[in-house]
Amino acid sequence: MSTAVEDTHHDTHHDHKPYGIGRWLFTTNHKDIGSMYLWLSFTMFLVGGAMAMVIRAELFQPGLQLIEPQFFNQMTTVHGLVMIFGAVMPAFTGLANWMIPMMIGAPDMALPRMNNWSFWILPFAFLILLGSLFMEGGGPAFGWTAYAPLSTTYSSDSTALFVFSVHIMGISSIMGAINVIVTIMNMRAPGMSYMKMPLFAWTWFITAFLLIAVMPVLAGAVTMLLTDKYFGTSFFDAAGGGDPVMYQHIFWFFGHPEVYIMILPSFGIISAIIPAFARKPLFGYASMVYATAAIALLSFLVWAHHMFTTGMPVFAELFFMYCTMLIAVPTGVKIFNWVATMWRGSMTFETPMLFALAFVILFTIGGFSGLMLAIIPADFQYHDTYFVVAHFHYVLVTGAIFSIMAAAYYWLPKWTGHMYDSTLAKTHFWTSLISVNVLFFPMHFAGLAGMPRRIPDYATQFADINQIASIGGFAFGLSQLIFLWVVIKCVKGGEKAAAKPWDGAEGLEWTVPSPAPYHTFEKPPKVE
Amino acid sequence: MAEQQSYYVPASSPWPIVGAVGLGLIAWGAAHAIIDMSKEQDGYGNTVLIAGLIVIAVMMFGWFRDQINESMSGKYSSQLGNSYKQGMSWFIFSEIMFFAAFFGALFYARVIAVQWLGGDSNNAMTNDVLWPEFVAQWPLVKTPGGTETQAMGWYGLPAINTLILLVSSVTCHFAHTGLEHGKRKQLTAMLGITIILGCIFLYLQGAEYVHAYQDLNLTLDSGIYGNTFYMLTGFHGMHVTLGTVMLIVMFLRVLKGHFTPNNHFAFQATSWYWHFVDVVWLCLFVVVYIL
Repeated sequence: MSTAVEDTHHDTHHDHKPYGIGRWLFTTNHKDIGSMYLWLSFTMFLVGGAMAMVIRAELFQPGLQLIEPQFFNQMTTVHGLVMIFGAVMPAFTGLANWMIPMMIGAPDMALPRMNNWSFWILPFAFLILLGSLFMEGGGPAFGWTAYAPLSTTYSSDSTALFVFSVHIMGISSIMGAINVIVTIMNMRAPGMSYMKMPLFAWTWFITAFLLIAVMPVLAGAVTMLLTDKYFGTSFFDAAGGGDPVMYQHIFWFFGHPEVYIMILPSFGIISAIIPAFARKPLFGYASMVYATAAIALLSFLVWAHHMFTTGMPVFAELFFMYCTMLIAVPTGVKIFNWVATMWRGSMTFETPMLFALAFVILFTIGGFSGLMLAIIPADFQYHDTYFVVAHFHYVLVTGAIFSIMAAAYYWLPKWTGHMYDSTLAKTHFWTSLISVNVLFFPMHFAGLAGMPRRIPDYATQFADINQIASIGGFAFGLSQLIFLWVVIKCVKGGEKAAAKPWDGAEGLEWTVPSPAPYHTFEKPPKVE
Repeated sequence: MAEQQSYYVPASSPWPIVGAVGLGLIAWGAAHAIIDMSKEQDGYGNTVLIAGLIVIAVMMFGWFRDQINESMSGKYSSQLGNSYKQGMSWFIFSEIMFFAAFFGALFYARVIAVQWLGGDSNNAMTNDVLWPEFVAQWPLVKTPGGTETQAMGWYGLPAINTLILLVSSVTCHFAHTGLEHGKRKQLTAMLGITIILGCIFLYLQGAEYVHAYQDLNLTLDSGIYGNTFYMLTGFHGMHVTLGTVMLIVMFLRVLKGHFTPNNHFAFQATSWYWHFVDVVWLCLFVVVYIL
């Protein structure tokens, strides 16, 4: 052990990276761990995307063509789990790992070995989850929400594997979140007060509190599923005095804050990119911080809007409806601030900015359809239709994923030391933008007309809309291969990037050379 | 906030990846052990689970050994010490939220689910159509499905156990103050008593389970009352077990003279953890046993 310590001591002075597989297995370097998170995330994005392609292929025509209904259900379930826990959340954790220490002038994350552990348990979680698809009886087929009794009485043995893989994902998220909290509370450079932190650090700070508050609740919920299925408990079985609706309450107490876990870091990313390319400071920094905190607090009071149709007293439904609508206020503050930041700015439209602009517009569409779903009588019709699918794909794909793409393009020069191929990147943007709307926009109409979600077959009047959506889906899937190409090309070479390739960008990460040295800020930088 | 001139970053370590393999084996093994059990078949589940536990044990031994050696050789900065303390507090917070899920389930079952099954609110039809004989009551000694059981009283063993844990929290605190003031005898004596009290608690909890299973027909599968009773006390018992093991390790480290009044994060963390399981028990005693 002592030799390893000596080695690192040596490294810090010569910026000499350890080599071989050991570098990645044993690393305590936030940049290495961040890169691994991002590559895992992209891999899972392709895996989950392949499942989406299977779904869209089956839905290309009415009737059953390609796959069995049971396998279709497995695809929708695992697609959701992989995209949420495998693509979006690890991408944000990867970005946090890479950027937060550099943004606040810290040398690394506060707990570097735990950081390594929280990454490396994730591949095992997904091996277990994806492995369940190949076991007897198939993988989980009850939807990512795992509602009882679908996941207990009527499920295959994949429930056991699902539960334990979710436990590992939860442990990983909790450790990652503790690391972010402790890093921000304890490792800020002298002079970097809380209200001077970049918004990405702020939004992640708040997200981390959401994570440590709700991931354990998910662990509790799935543990109850496990004991209900295998140990004879009846938490979610009325014959024993329990209630299947109780599962939904516990699950969504986790699930709704989870939705904000997947969007608050996006707000931080967009709040970094728009000022950089509008060449104006962010409008209303303090209000952005307070709005983020308000959204996080409200997220604990709105969970039952996911279950308006499953049985609740009217006063409870009204309470959850009004609280839900209240969230539009701090969210509106954010949208307003971004627009106000651009107002009379000298804007240029590099790829990160294009994705950020698309985010602002398309995320707002997703937000508005969310408001429609918050209205109880309207929700009675929209519930479990494709309108819901359209809504959450607008906030998660054109919201979360687009912001991740924006972040990747924005910080790629810092990570690799090269500029990306801007023609290819813009091709990626425009093909993604067009295809994602062809994919998801028609789903609003299918849903309003009554097409239920999670069904492999549909009435013939929905054929045209589904065909259009499927074509959009295939195009969107293929577009992401362009992204892979851009990233690989950028890693391998390209025009040398300056320390600050975006002239409007602000923050400590642009004060270090590109690519960022293996160890940044061995001594705390001065913050004015 | 940073005070010192340059930062200390822990060196790379093989233990996290070992731990990741161990955790993966545990998850895979536990899932398959449960499936094997439900199908009454022989499989690899148990073997893999045990292998995983061994790997995790090795990982903990090695990881902690390295930490201790590094800490004792004076490598760590006070900033890293703060990070550890903050990390431990937020970990305990996440544990509280884990228990909150089960307390929430108890609340929902008792105040909402059982009452509605009995026809409360506007659910008269639920009761009439499904189980007209069912009477809402708590503890739920007769489920809608007809399983009968008896409630566990709060007096006797549970009350004694409450006293034991409360006293152990106090002795743990005195052990801590003994350490802070360099009173070694107070430290070892009080820490030893805390460990013994923890073991007595676990023994009595086991005796209570035997009593519940044999005399009261109160089992894990006897309806929502038994479910919440065993899940809450069971997970609490697992935490007490872990806490006791941590205390024993601390005892051994005290004997080896590892701690100084200024540098004893591991002891402090263990002490926090012990107070945490104590507070959880108090909530549990009130909500599960008395009310």
